[in-house]
Amino acid sequence: MARVLMNGNSVIGEAAIRAGCQCYFGYPITPQNELTEYMALNLSRRKGCSFVQAESELAAINMVFGASLVGARVMTSSSSPGISLKQEGISYLAACELPAVIVNMSRGGPGLGSISASQSDYFQATRGGGHGDYRTIVLAPSSVQELADLTHKAFDLADKYRIPVVILGDGMLGQMMEPVEFKHNAPEELPIRSNALRGAKGRPSRIIKTFTSNPAELEEINWSLFRRYNLIEQEETSSEAFLLEDAELIVVAFGIAARIARGAIKTARAEGLKVGLLRPITLWPFPTEKIRQLTNNTKQFLVFEMNMGQMLEDVQLAVADKAEVSFYGRPGGVIPTPSEVARVVSRLYYQKGLK
Amino acid sequence: MKKIYARPRLLKRNVFHYCPGCGHSIIHRLIAEVIEEMGLQERVIGIPPPGCSVFTYNYLDVDMAESAHGRGAAVATGIKRAFPEAIVFTYQGDGDLAAIGTAETIHAANRGEKITAIFINNAVYGMTGGQMAPTTIENQTTTTTPYGRSGEIEGYPIKMSEIVAIVKGAVYVERVAVNSPANIRRTKRAIRKAFQMQIDERGFSLVEILSPCPTNWKMGTLEAWQWIDTEMTKEFPLGLIKDVTKEKDAA
Repeated sequence: MARVLMNGNSVIGEAAIRAGCQCYFGYPITPQNELTEYMALNLSRRKGCSFVQAESELAAINMVFGASLVGARVMTSSSSPGISLKQEGISYLAACELPAVIVNMSRGGPGLGSISASQSDYFQATRGGGHGDYRTIVLAPSSVQELADLTHKAFDLADKYRIPVVILGDGMLGQMMEPVEFKHNAPEELPIRSNALRGAKGRPSRIIKTFTSNPAELEEINWSLFRRYNLIEQEETSSEAFLLEDAELIVVAFGIAARIARGAIKTARAEGLKVGLLRPITLWPFPTEKIRQLTNNTKQFLVFEMNMGQMLEDVQLAVADKAEVSFYGRPGGVIPTPSEVARVVSRLYYQKGLK
Repeated sequence: MKKIYARPRLLKRNVFHYCPGCGHSIIHRLIAEVIEEMGLQERVIGIPPPGCSVFTYNYLDVDMAESAHGRGAAVATGIKRAFPEAIVFTYQGDGDLAAIGTAETIHAANRGEKITAIFINNAVYGMTGGQMAPTTIENQTTTTTPYGRSGEIEGYPIKMSEIVAIVKGAVYVERVAVNSPANIRRTKRAIRKAFQMQIDERGFSLVEILSPCPTNWKMGTLEAWQWIDTEMTKEFPLGLIKDVTKEKDAA
């Protein structure tokens, strides 16, 4: 298919439909409304599909829960304050091992915050977010093309591991227009998940539940979830390396911040500074092992985020005492420029005596 | 000898965990009977809530999934939208449907979701130990209204069925009780009617059932049954609240 020019939010919608998404439930919030509107336009009248503008984020995520129960590919989207409201349902989805795709085009916080792009929901996304011991896969796209690719992948991962998958974008990715190529066509029909609730026809009745009055039973449920999480860590951890081979200083950044960092690194390279970029694509599972390996040759790391230092903790855990970790962040929805980050990189490079 | 009564086939052979005199076991049996008689067992998906009746799935032999507190109508919406062939019912207490789940309930009704809510009103939070419910009547003593519920201080009992009946997508709303053989028969008829409205794809149906909770009311079983007649029905009068099929007949 030829490339088309689309905004990021709409691209997620189109990619979801092409991944076989049958149901979308959402509630308006800026800066992700184009996605909700895209689904209203393109999914609400589509055969075998459903779109509901819910009365709240709580209702929307619980509609997702219902549609996932019966085996549908289902998605919801929101932005930071709305994602906070969805945490209840995400915990239940995780507990019941139900696949779903949850998009967070995040904005500045805390509180109502601002509608400008921010990355301050990293903790919430990667630590489960809701109550209980659970994980969600978290994908962090950094371009409109990657929004399309990772949206498709999100549905596959959700079904493969029966787990909610979070796409952690931001308001800038959602709003910007870029050429994009969709690599898949919507499937004619998808197989029904084997444990779906479809009525007890030709089989015994089935219960999907989380509550138990037996702590030992719940402990085993938790162990079972974590065995799967271990498998996901082994199989699905993903990151992108840029100019790492000879790097004396490695910038670690995700999502749109990695896009900004890339520009900064090109500037630094033009000045003769050996700087590279590691971009985690899966924020959970985090590329801990990859970063650990990089400490063999590189002793200076700079974490750059559009928040006060959240992924920073994961990098510090990975690096341990093998290298030094510095941080530069801009919270509140301020979007730093590549030249600003280039100055930070350059200053650090000289301060640390790398040149 | 002619067999005139048997355990419903869809009632699992588990011993009810409910307290003596509780209305849930009666209502479970009625639901099992209705589903069996209407031949819906292969299509039904039930949604029990957190609360005493979370274990409904231990008793009804149909597909069931637990919802988060108050979100039954939203979960049922997702199920029905994704799989319209299903017959979906929620089983919700008064706290679930009329407090924390008010928004989900009213908006599911307003969208005319083709689902059925079985709404158990026992004027108290049962599982958590007898706190005030949105439907606790005035002057009723609970653990969080130790001086008796004062409308001015704790608010007034909410008439959720009447509120739901106002919205256009609600097609059938009736309030019944399970405190006498005659009322139990009326309750069964109401549940059957509610499922029929869903089968006919007319819209949202709700059956409110006044149900005794002797334990948290601190009454004997007979006293609790009588209290429904003497006190509860003054606030929550029994009878049909809305039936769009009858409205059409009248017009």
